[in-house]
Parts: sequence; structure tokens; C-alpha cells
Amino acid sequence: MGLIRYESQVRVPLVEGDKNYHQITEDICRPVEARPSRAWWIGFIISVAFLLFGIVSVTMEVTYGVGQWNLNKTVGWGWDITNFVWWIGIGHAGTLISAILLLFRQGWRTGVNRAAEAMTIFAVMCAGQFPIWHMGRVWDAFFVLPYPNTRGPLWVNFNSPLLWDVFAISTYFTVSLLFWYSGLIPDVATLRDRAKKKWRKLFYGITAFGWTGSTKHWQRHEALSLVLAGLSTPLVLSVHTIVSFDFATSVVPGWHTTIFPPYFVAGAIFSGFAMVQTLLVVTRKVLSLEQYITIEHIQVMNKVIVLTGSIVGIAYLTELFISWYGANKYEGFAFMQNRLNLSSPYGWAYWIMMGCNVLSPQIFWIKKMRTSLTLTFFMSILINIGMWFERFVIIVTSVYRDYLPSAWSTYYRPTIWEVGFYMGTFGLFFTCYFLFAKFFPVVALAEIKHILKRTGDVYKSKMGELEVQPAEEFAEVHSHDHGA
Amino acid sequence: MSVKKFIVGSFDDEAVLFPAVKKVRKTGYKIHDVYTPFPIHGLDSTMGLRDTSLHTAGFIYAITGTATALGFISWALTYDWPLNFGGKPFFSLPAWIPITFELTVLFSSVGMVLTFCYLCQLAPFVKKDHFNLRSTDDLFIMAFECTEKTNETEAVAFLQTLGAKNVKVDYRETQWWLGRYDKEIKVFDKKTEVAAV
Repeated sequence: MGLIRYESQVRVPLVEGDKNYHQITEDICRPVEARPSRAWWIGFIISVAFLLFGIVSVTMEVTYGVGQWNLNKTVGWGWDITNFVWWIGIGHAGTLISAILLLFRQGWRTGVNRAAEAMTIFAVMCAGQFPIWHMGRVWDAFFVLPYPNTRGPLWVNFNSPLLWDVFAISTYFTVSLLFWYSGLIPDVATLRDRAKKKWRKLFYGITAFGWTGSTKHWQRHEALSLVLAGLSTPLVLSVHTIVSFDFATSVVPGWHTTIFPPYFVAGAIFSGFAMVQTLLVVTRKVLSLEQYITIEHIQVMNKVIVLTGSIVGIAYLTELFISWYGANKYEGFAFMQNRLNLSSPYGWAYWIMMGCNVLSPQIFWIKKMRTSLTLTFFMSILINIGMWFERFVIIVTSVYRDYLPSAWSTYYRPTIWEVGFYMGTFGLFFTCYFLFAKFFPVVALAEIKHILKRTGDVYKSKMGELEVQPAEEFAEVHSHDHGA
Repeated sequence: MSVKKFIVGSFDDEAVLFPAVKKVRKTGYKIHDVYTPFPIHGLDSTMGLRDTSLHTAGFIYAITGTATALGFISWALTYDWPLNFGGKPFFSLPAWIPITFELTVLFSSVGMVLTFCYLCQLAPFVKKDHFNLRSTDDLFIMAFECTEKTNETEAVAFLQTLGAKNVKVDYRETQWWLGRYDKEIKVFDKKTEVAAV
């Protein structure tokens, strides 16, 4: 019976240490079953405080109108839509890791996918806040839905990219949630079966949906994961493409370019991975999961960062070149005067963007830098800042001076309630993440067990003996056998 | 509710489980189920389970989504209330592709997950029994049902020779979820045995 799971020694083990199935369960369930630490409480309370401040800010905006923000007729989109695009971009890494890397059979995704998917869901929740509250009369938000109404019925404009966005983001949220939760069910069942306290038995009993681990159920579960991954892959690409259409289909100089969809998607993956790094570098340390989220995982994600960062860099240079070469003077003005020119009002923002997104990630070409945790954490923050400025530059520097100089805006700066709203979404994001990390396993238990005998440290070291065997003998003994 | 009798054996290595499943089927015992902590590729076919049709269901939901989106948008924008957007044609298919795509994905995913939950009978507050709590941790639990003809001691000994640890006779009340899948298990045939060597 050759149930061999051979993998070349060249590949670095993804589960370190002498592990067996039970040990994996113990290691990953420990943080969930232990009492919350002091650090957890401090972090959680700070997050909730941010969230409350966000609620106050939004209340101000709803009570007194969008005028509470410094938006005006010229700069109609400021921090709000910048934050929206920033969060939705961050929300792309989770599904990329879990879906695209599943289709590409990348073993390393198992260590990070659960946390990254959770991050995706929370980021999309935060992103969704901005367009909703930006509406001003938020009690009419349901107008964006095509429902039979007494005004005709007058349908929504299905040809508008803003409506596409409504569909794209709500679909993306729903599908990510389903994908995440269906993957979580077996792991919650593990927690349920280990539960000793009454409330744990009840809570995990409800959330595990009665999962048993029956072979037939696993067979369906695998089919479901694969098809959901297949559906999410084009979905994740479509969402940011559609977000970019919000800009690209308008005729504002600096927005009206065909390069936007791939450029936005690359930027989304770039910023999403940066946020995954920010969270996981801390999570693995605090929850002592270093043997499951290894340096190799961090390194691979840094490789993705340097790749996508460079793609973003090429996109910046391409649009800059085309604005010069294309000889459209409005387009040229938007780039040369509003952005590139350091002495223009927002020139500094453009150069922060260039520095953080294009230059700084190039350091990850060096292996020593890729494997340094401190540097990774620092870089991830830097990239998040850079990517925020990218959206700010695209939005504000395009609209504040466009075709009509008499309509040019004076210097747009946000009010405290605009900033407070943004801080509030940080509160929402981290409150959710803290709760998730406390009540659910942050590493996909069943999936780690599934790859253990292929990429586990101990199992891998034994595979060295197999490599010296002659090929015929190897095939004879270990013919790949999936049973009947 | 009647009470059914099961022989339950636990395995701690999937490499031992596979031949055991084969031998149990060959001997003629009817496997009730094998509970595992993670998906084991090939175990379903070894047990003689047919492949799932969940994919097909997903495809049907997907084309339902496509048809709904295209049908509704074209009805709304060309028949019910045609709007002139800058002189563009009422039937402007390219502009409808994004929403059509999103609804295709949405219908397919939601439909598949609901179907999955229905087929596996998963829902909040559902309680089921899987014989051994460690089957979601590190053990692979094989259970087969006893009939009047089954010789218990023989069956227990047989399972032990196959490498099962902690073999015991267990009683369970038949409930709505018990024994749902055994109809699917095909009789072990010679052909597959040859292919599997």
C-alpha cells in the first residue's frame, strides 16, 4: 500500500517541529481555549475605543450632513472614497490566497489562509461603510437595489459602474464569507469535541453545524471548496476591476485610462499582502504559532509583495509616460503639474506613494531582508501607507484641478470627523480580528493535518532516504495508489 | 426508534486505514461510515462512494444566475422603462456583463453552499453523533453496522487484525441522520480490486 506523499527536499518544510495530528490540534486550539491574555484585552479595548470614536464621527455626519466632511463641489470624493478603495484593496489578499493558491496547489497557503480570509471579510466590511455613509441620506441607501417601487417602477441604472460596484462588493462579501465559513466548520467541530465548559459546548455546538467528518461529507466539502475557489478567482479579479471602472469610465483627467483594471488589481494584491504580513507577523508571535506560520511563509509573501509592487511601479511609469506621449494637455497637466511637481499642493503625496510602493519593496530582492521579521513588519506598514496615498493621489489630485480653473479647489484637508470615520473602521477591523483570533482557530486545522505528512519537518527529513533509491524500486514500493 | 448495533474501530494512521477499508468491504461487511479529521483523498472511492454531483448543481445555479441577470436587465432597460443614456442603444449588452458575471458567481456560490448543507444535513443547532470525539482530532473512526447474522466477536477480532485500535461494539438509536448514505455504497467488484494493486 503506497500511500506516499513525497515532496522534494528542495522545498522547505511548512510545518516545523516534531508534530503529529494531535499535537497540531493542541497547538492551534491552545490560544482559543486559554483565557485571554492581558495583551489581548489591551488591544481589544483600544480597538473598541477606536470603533466608538468612529460611531461618534458617523453620527455627526448623519446628523449634520456630509458638510461635516471638508468635501466640496470640486473635491466630491476625498478621504471617504480613498478609504473605501484602500480597504477593498486590502480585502483582496484573503481570497487570492485561499482561492488562487488553492487552484495553483500551493501548499504554503494552508498556514495563512484562514487568517487572511478573515481579514478579507473584515476589510470588506470596513470598505462597505464608506460609500454607504457617503450617501448622506443613508436611510435611502436601499435605493441602490433594484426593487419594485412606486416610482414607475424606476429601475437602477444597470449601465453605471457605481451600480456594478454595489453588485461586485456585495457578491464578494457574500462569497468570501461562505468560503471562509464553510472551511471553518470542520475546525469548529474540533473545538466543539474538545470543549469542556458548558458555554463552549453550546457555542461551538451551534457554530459547527453538526459536522461529523464523515467521508461523504468530506468528499462534498472538497468539491465545494474547489468550485468556490474556481468561482472566487475571477471574482476577486472582477471586484477591483469594477472598482477601477468607477474612475476609468469617467472623463476626468488622470482617471480616464485603460490601464486601470490590471493596475488596480495588482495594487490590491500588493496592499492586501502587506496587511496580511502586518497581522500575521504579530499573530504568530503572540499565539506562538511560529511552527505553522513559518519564516518561509513570510518570505513567500514578501516575494509576492516585491512582484506586485513592481507591477504597480510599471503601471505608475506607464501612465506617466502616456500622459506625456499622449499629448492630451489636460491629462498631461494632471500628471506633470498636479502630481509630479513636488511644489504643487499635493506633490508630496505623489512622492510618498512612489517611495513607499515602488522603491521600498525592492529591498525584498535580498533574501536576508525577506526573512527578517522586523523589516517585514516595518515594510508592511510602509506599504499600507503608500497604498493609501496611491488612492488619495488618484482621487484628489485628479479632481481638485480639472478642466475649469474657476472651479479649482483650494487645499482640501479632512475634518476630524472624516479622520474619525477612518479611525473607526480601524476599530471595526481590529475588534473583529481580535474576536476572531480569540474564538476561532487562526490556522486551518484540517488543512494543516492534510499537508503534514508531505511537508512536515519530520516526515520530510525521512524522504531523503527515498531520493537515493533507484527509480524502479521507488516506483515499485510507492506506486501512487488512491484505492479502488 | 430502534437501536442499531455498530462495530467501531479507530485507526491512527491513514496508511493502515486504506487496506482495512478494502478488506472490510471485501469480506462483505457494510461500512456505515468512516469519520476522519481531515479529507483523505481516495478514501471515498475506496469505500465505494460515488462521486458527488455538487459541481453539477453549482453549474445549474450559475446559469440560473446568468439568465436571471440578463433576463431582468434586458427586460427592465429595453421593455419596462427604456432610458436614453447619451443616445446609446437600449440593449447595451457589454455594460451588463459585470452584473451578469457577479450574479452568476453569487447564485452559484450561495446555491452550492445551501445544497452542501442540505445534503450533509448541516445547520446551526443540529446535533449528530460520530461515535468518537477524537475523530475530529487525530483518529480515523470506522463504523460498520451489525445485522442479525453478524458474529460480534469475530467481527471485532477481524477489525483488530486489520490494525484497528480500541475496537468496541456500540449501540446507537436510529435517528433521522443515521444510515443515510449506505444505500450509495456499491458492492465491491473484482475489477476495481485489480486496478488498485
